[in-house]
Amino acid sequence: MIAFLVKRVGQSVIVLIGVSIIAFILEHLLPGGPAKAILGGRASPFQIAAFNHANGLDKPIWEQYFVYTGNLLHGNLGRSYKLNQTVNSVLATDLPKSIILVGSALILSLIIAIPVGIFQAVRRNGIYDYAATSVSFLLYSMPSFWLGIILILAFAVNLHIFPSEAPQGQTIGAIITNPRAMFLPVITLTLVSYASFTRYMRSSAIEALAQDWIRTAKAKGLSQRVILFKHMLRNALIPIATLVGLSLPSLITAGVVTESVFNFPGTGFRFINAANTEDYPLLLGIIIVIGVMTVVGNLLADITYAVLDPRVRYR
Amino acid sequence: MSKIDDLDEGLSGEGGDNNGIIGSNSGGEAHASGSQLKLIVQTFLENKLAIVGIALVIIAVLFCFVGPLFYHTNQVTTSYNITQAPGHGHPLGTDQNGYDVLGRLMVGGQSSLEIGFSVAIIATIIGVLYGAIAGFIGGVVDTIMMRVVDTLLSIPTLLLLIFLAAVFRPTLTLLIIVISAVSWLSPARLVRGEALTLRVRDYVKAVRVMGGGSRRIILRHIVPNAIGTIVVNATFQIADAILVMATLSYLGLGLPPPAANWGSMLSDGVNYVYDGYWWLIYPAGIAIILTVVAFNLIGDAIRDSLEVRLQKR
Repeated sequence: MIAFLVKRVGQSVIVLIGVSIIAFILEHLLPGGPAKAILGGRASPFQIAAFNHANGLDKPIWEQYFVYTGNLLHGNLGRSYKLNQTVNSVLATDLPKSIILVGSALILSLIIAIPVGIFQAVRRNGIYDYAATSVSFLLYSMPSFWLGIILILAFAVNLHIFPSEAPQGQTIGAIITNPRAMFLPVITLTLVSYASFTRYMRSSAIEALAQDWIRTAKAKGLSQRVILFKHMLRNALIPIATLVGLSLPSLITAGVVTESVFNFPGTGFRFINAANTEDYPLLLGIIIVIGVMTVVGNLLADITYAVLDPRVRYR
Repeated sequence: MSKIDDLDEGLSGEGGDNNGIIGSNSGGEAHASGSQLKLIVQTFLENKLAIVGIALVIIAVLFCFVGPLFYHTNQVTTSYNITQAPGHGHPLGTDQNGYDVLGRLMVGGQSSLEIGFSVAIIATIIGVLYGAIAGFIGGVVDTIMMRVVDTLLSIPTLLLLIFLAAVFRPTLTLLIIVISAVSWLSPARLVRGEALTLRVRDYVKAVRVMGGGSRRIILRHIVPNAIGTIVVNATFQIADAILVMATLSYLGLGLPPPAANWGSMLSDGVNYVYDGYWWLIYPAGIAIILTVVAFNLIGDAIRDSLEVRLQKR
């Protein structure tokens, strides 16, 4: 287990260094370099030179990279000049709200997808299996923003049951005390992730049902219920850990789109606004934080998997 | 992907004969025996959903590229004839600029399909070569090349795209390049996995002994043997690229007007969601879904027919 942990953590550290290099490259990809991004398009060459000198941007490129990562390691993500706030403080207010949105959708979609997937596997190629497969196939092929719009049209415009806009407010309290306004964004995100989870759960359960120990259990004369819940379920659930880790990037992507559809005051909505106002320091800061979260999330998922399934550790 | 891995196991088992799934017929290297290819095509055509998928793609291509030749509309200059309900010479009404919605669907679909196909081709070529080289060389080179892929995969694609679209003013070519630049990662991973198992096969060793170079082994033996995986993945890439393009346009970071796109049509239509202008919301959305469903159906069907072929052997 120790060897596995060391190897896996080592890989993650290398990928994290990679993420910092990508962010550094992106920053230098900006037309006119970082100076122009901060000073604006009309900065004179003298101003740019002065800025570069003051911020160490006239040093060799590798030295700049080390200063840059040094800042990152101290938790300093830079400053949004458009909002006149540090990127850290912007993220501190926005990120918890996004985590609540994505987290509740993740939990809800797992609660729905796991039983549905298992049911489909047990009754596979039956009418309910085909119906459920068609629904998830359709949801899977649907742009998430369009799903959000359709839900707004149905539940907010026509039926007047739920508001079309997510709860507005700076604090987390404003978000969680308004479940009615949270309903549509959470459901949109839940349906999007449900579509891929249930497909995966179905095939994972079919695979578990084909194992020898299931046949042995059947031969012993155990009841269907004992076989399903004691023998199949535990094995079929293990890959869910990896699945959640692997689907983090797509969950975050869907989250960004959903936040923008419902004006949800989170990191994703902030990211789109930053793109439209060309607020590059904020864009890069969010990219780094989300990259780090994805890497750490994947690492945790793999470790969970190794704890649950000892076979993985020895591969 | 384990089932596709098995496929190669089955193929090379035949007396060391190298049977690619789709033959290049050059120099007797990777070639499909006629009956195998026939069996794949047969199972594919027996799949009703595959036929639906192909029919939808043909309809979409005809609609977008041939449709405007018969249904002439003005999609460049705006008019005062705005947000008109369907009827009176406009089967799907007009939008907020007075453009005919049906005609705009056709023109908007062109860029979606062009981007879908181009991205799938470019990303597949880059990914296949990258993955084949990494898997074939193995060792430290493989480790480094794959950590690069891991790194890029850990930043959500859409965030990178949004950043790049904010920095550079999007044109059709630039969008194709940028979306391809983030889409080659999954074929690279898949082909690398295939290459790792293929490079230790007897026929690859035989080519080595006969003096064949690395380039010959990769291009003539490894890539043709992984072609099933590659084709299936490329089909899904078309669907993904169309979705990504629609999302970017919806977020206002796609092609600037007067260029039309299904995503940007929706992004404009959303402003009228409370006015009940359904023709600005449903047609473009349904067009995206049908096209994406079509490519996903085809991809699933190809994968199934490759698996069925194994079972029938």
